[in-house]
Amino acid sequence: MLDSNAFDLRKYISRNPQSMAVWVALATLILFGLLRYDNFSGAYNISSFLNYNSMFIIISVGMSFVIMTGGIDLSVGSVAAFTSVIAAYLSPHGIEIALPLAVLAGVAFGGLNAFFIIVLRIPPFIATLATMLGAKGGALVISGANTIAVDWGSNFTKMGMEKIYNILPWSIVVVGIVVIALWFLLEKTSLGRTVLAIGGGEDASMLMGLKVNRAKAFVYLLSGGCAGLAGVILASGFGAGQPLEGIGWELTAIASVVVGGTLLTGGLGSVPATVAGALLLGLVFNILNFENGLGTITISAYWQMVIRGGFLFAVILFQARVMSRNKRKGRVA
Amino acid sequence: MSTQSYVSGSSQPIFNWKKVLKNHGGLVALVVILGFNILVTPNFLQLQTLFVNISQVATIAIVAMGMTLVIATGGIDLSVGAIMALAGAIAPLIFQSEFGQMYPALGVALAIGFPLLVAMACGLFNGVLVSVLKVQPIIATLILFISGRGIAQVLTNGNLQTFKNPNFSYLGTGKILGLPFQGWLAIAIACVLFWIISRTIFGRYVLAIGGNERAATLSGGPVRRVKIAVYIICGALSGLAGLIVVAINSASDAARNGDLMELDAIAAAVVGGALLQGGRAPIFGAILGAVIIQLVKYTLLANGVEDEVALIAKALIIVAAVYIQQARKE
Amino acid sequence: MDAVQKAFNGVVALDGASLDIEKGEVHALIGQNGAGKSTLIKILTGVYHSDGGHVHFDGAESFISSPREAQSAGIATIYQELNLVPLRSVTENIVMGYEPKRMGVFIDWDEAHKRAREILQRFGIDIDVTARLGSFSTAIQQLVAIARAVSLDAKLVIMDEPTSSLDVSEVKVLFGVVRGLRDAGVSVLYVSHFLDELFEICDRVTTMRDGRTVDCRKMKGVTKLDLISGMLGRASSEIAEAGMTEFSGGEAKHGEVLLCAENIATGPRLTKLDITVHRGEIVGLGGLLGSGRTEAARALFGIDALTGGAVSLKGASARLETPAAAIKAGIALLTEDRKAEGIIPDMSVRENLTLALLPKLTRNGQIDRAREREIVQSFIDALGIKTAGMEQPIRELSGGNQQKVLLARWLAVEPELLILDEPTRGVDVGAKREIQAIIRDYVSKGFGVVLISSEFEELVEGADRIVVLNEGRSIKELKNPGITEDILVRALAHTGEEAA
Repeated sequence: MLDSNAFDLRKYISRNPQSMAVWVALATLILFGLLRYDNFSGAYNISSFLNYNSMFIIISVGMSFVIMTGGIDLSVGSVAAFTSVIAAYLSPHGIEIALPLAVLAGVAFGGLNAFFIIVLRIPPFIATLATMLGAKGGALVISGANTIAVDWGSNFTKMGMEKIYNILPWSIVVVGIVVIALWFLLEKTSLGRTVLAIGGGEDASMLMGLKVNRAKAFVYLLSGGCAGLAGVILASGFGAGQPLEGIGWELTAIASVVVGGTLLTGGLGSVPATVAGALLLGLVFNILNFENGLGTITISAYWQMVIRGGFLFAVILFQARVMSRNKRKGRVA
Repeated sequence: MSTQSYVSGSSQPIFNWKKVLKNHGGLVALVVILGFNILVTPNFLQLQTLFVNISQVATIAIVAMGMTLVIATGGIDLSVGAIMALAGAIAPLIFQSEFGQMYPALGVALAIGFPLLVAMACGLFNGVLVSVLKVQPIIATLILFISGRGIAQVLTNGNLQTFKNPNFSYLGTGKILGLPFQGWLAIAIACVLFWIISRTIFGRYVLAIGGNERAATLSGGPVRRVKIAVYIICGALSGLAGLIVVAINSASDAARNGDLMELDAIAAAVVGGALLQGGRAPIFGAILGAVIIQLVKYTLLANGVEDEVALIAKALIIVAAVYIQQARKE
Repeated sequence: MDAVQKAFNGVVALDGASLDIEKGEVHALIGQNGAGKSTLIKILTGVYHSDGGHVHFDGAESFISSPREAQSAGIATIYQELNLVPLRSVTENIVMGYEPKRMGVFIDWDEAHKRAREILQRFGIDIDVTARLGSFSTAIQQLVAIARAVSLDAKLVIMDEPTSSLDVSEVKVLFGVVRGLRDAGVSVLYVSHFLDELFEICDRVTTMRDGRTVDCRKMKGVTKLDLISGMLGRASSEIAEAGMTEFSGGEAKHGEVLLCAENIATGPRLTKLDITVHRGEIVGLGGLLGSGRTEAARALFGIDALTGGAVSLKGASARLETPAAAIKAGIALLTEDRKAEGIIPDMSVRENLTLALLPKLTRNGQIDRAREREIVQSFIDALGIKTAGMEQPIRELSGGNQQKVLLARWLAVEPELLILDEPTRGVDVGAKREIQAIIRDYVSKGFGVVLISSEFEELVEGADRIVVLNEGRSIKELKNPGITEDILVRALAHTGEEAA
């Protein structure tokens, strides 16, 4: 968090035990990987890791904003699939056209969510579930249920395939810029603080005179836009729009957000910790791959989901403990 | 249940279609769909059509009934599809094992019994998270939603398990009086659940918890235990549905068994009249909802509309149903 | 503001309330529960809109339509349930919505922290403003809420029950801050049930009753007795004339001791309660709101865990850790909040009525429906519950009939000790008499009742003995026959003065 001018590590740890745990776990895993595998720090591993995980980082950060308000967005995976198709269709016009329009398509789905939730007052979980189905159906319709090849002649594939100095893929650069902007937005603008306040108490926020509906609409639009960007990366990295991708992405995103210490009930959360959560989840699988390569274990890809669920379980237990401790300490009813 | 169709006669004295739609929207929708199909869909009024639809609708209905119970307490269960996959993956492992082949009868019995136990254990897990640790139901059941299918795939190594076992397959292909066995099973389950909801103390507590959890607690109701039991029942029914799907196909595919079932089940329950905030358990409504969901799918498919558009239709049904509920509440 | 009116669904909550607050004064607003205080406040702060009347603020007629407008106009409110976000930092809670900016966009946190620190230091508190608000005590949180008001340049600060969860030393700090505000020319509207503290801090006092403001006067020269009689609508001279005579009353003939609670405590709002209930006896709990009445009921019914003291039932010590355990031990509680804790709105009269009785109606898990109907019908008849039939959803019944159903829910179980928390609140006069008769009839069968009521008349007429509560402690016991409202009021007022 940026709120303290003199960064005090001890204070930070005592206040954010969970965020701290993520960073420690992340550092430990990286160290472990560096010591154990020769190619771990190789350019290939780093760049493909960052390229692949840039999609999950961006949707996780979008999701974290939604969860900070106490909501949820289950539609991100389908929306990303949809926008990957849009981006593939637009790819002949170059990235400068395809990227903004695809992101806009994602924002439009976010708008649909916001409409359902704020105007029709449908619970977020149902509203975004419906959008998830709609986006999935839409992606299949416009693509005819086929993957849509991108135009290799344009500069579109650069984003997912070209790397700066052979190591930094453009995708992570773009995602990095967006994430930093969002970090600033959360920490340094009224809108960001309103997002956190809503999750901490929607009624209280209203009574404080905050613009609650505006901020709620914003988080769903943002989450849609982030999913849109992930779709562009998907299309450009794999050379095709993938209408069938995105299944289970919302869970990965939720897991990352929760691992990063954001309370599911909202009110607390940090952008860097969410990024760390996404990286941590990605790294676990990266290391499993290496282990498989070494032949020390034979863990099939199917373990991924089990491990992801286990992670979520552990974090939920942790949060439940923190919550009950807070409650015991807490206020008079 | 008795309160379900009670119409408040206070505000508007005139008859209006809005009210009919609000209170009997499900039936109206069913009539519309049936009418549309009879007029438009070729060969709709044939026995074959009926069979296809019954065998499809039974699994949705069975899961939707479990979901209805969970929703009646104000909860939700996202893990139903994953539990289906898990139960469906375990069954062939048992009756195709050496032991299962040595004692075929016992093998099939175990292949049905053990997966159901596992499914109930999953329900127990969900229930404890929700009622003891007070985790929101969406999140609590998300854990198994993610990892349940993974476990199924780990167990089967991701392979499609095909088999020939007529005894086991009876679950999905048997016929009684010419109609699919699972259709009868769904109806039997519905009758039992209806009885439980309307006649037993457990059923009364389920509705009371959803209607006002605080009041139920203060009246001495065993709120925790009832909530756990509801998730266990939902798990067991999901497991059963998973077995039926495997039996129909004579094959178990952990990747596809029960995929997106949570959506169908929630949609069926809501269309059937379950209130998301709890307090209502329209069991036969869940069957009605399942029939509608299935018929919409079938109608679109039979009229050459792509599968994908059916998804959008389903999305619209869910939003409309919840919106109508919301309006009814206010 | 004058002649303000407000009605909800045809129920008049405010009927010509007038209030004038001068610049730089601390103005107290008092009244019984339901007198219209909160409605009045919510109109002032734009949460509700008035149906009639005018509000003048700062010399001009004002039309405040939202909390945000109220804030920018200079009206800040500190609600009882603090409208703060405990998960966020102290600074954020102070500046939220009005953050200092750099370049018009980016929040200047250095400046924000500085501002927060300065305001709090003015109150004499020096805390880490970057820490989560929730990590501080309620008192600090309260002061932060006030700090927010000050930082918004509030001209009028409304405080709703600010001291209800503070201890004595914290109250002192709060008063210091309030005085500081007054001296700085800020007006404070101070709503409290704790009459004693009004004398210490307030300049004038307005009394509300039944949606009207009935009285406004200088605090100086007013006695506590005057205030209470104003709230209850009785002349204080009458009460004074009732005199100091202690009525010992004839020793009533009651059965054996049913419940005996000694020194029980559950927290800051219930610190020491002694109560004994005999068979065949109605024991009233008398006290103003916030005196610990409801907390006492919650403690005896196993909702709140005891932090001290002991309870014995029929001579044996009892551990009442959950409502279920209390019910098993033969205790029942009719809660004060009918809607949130009593009725299950969508369920029928029948289902609501038998909810607590269910285990006894059940054989092998199955409910004996014939017996259920029989019992329900007998209660509908016996209590005169007006319903279209036992299958009618309870939400469609009038308040009084809902209450009768809930009462029947417990009578059906035949608890040995029935605790009634405001059993006749929001109930019309006819139903009230009936409910009182039912209660009397119930104890005549040898059961015991604890009756909590904010209506002194009901207590005085209904109870055999009244345990008087003040600030979470039982301080006196009165015996019928012979208790009059005036004596009860005196007991309350007297002890208050003693304490002060």
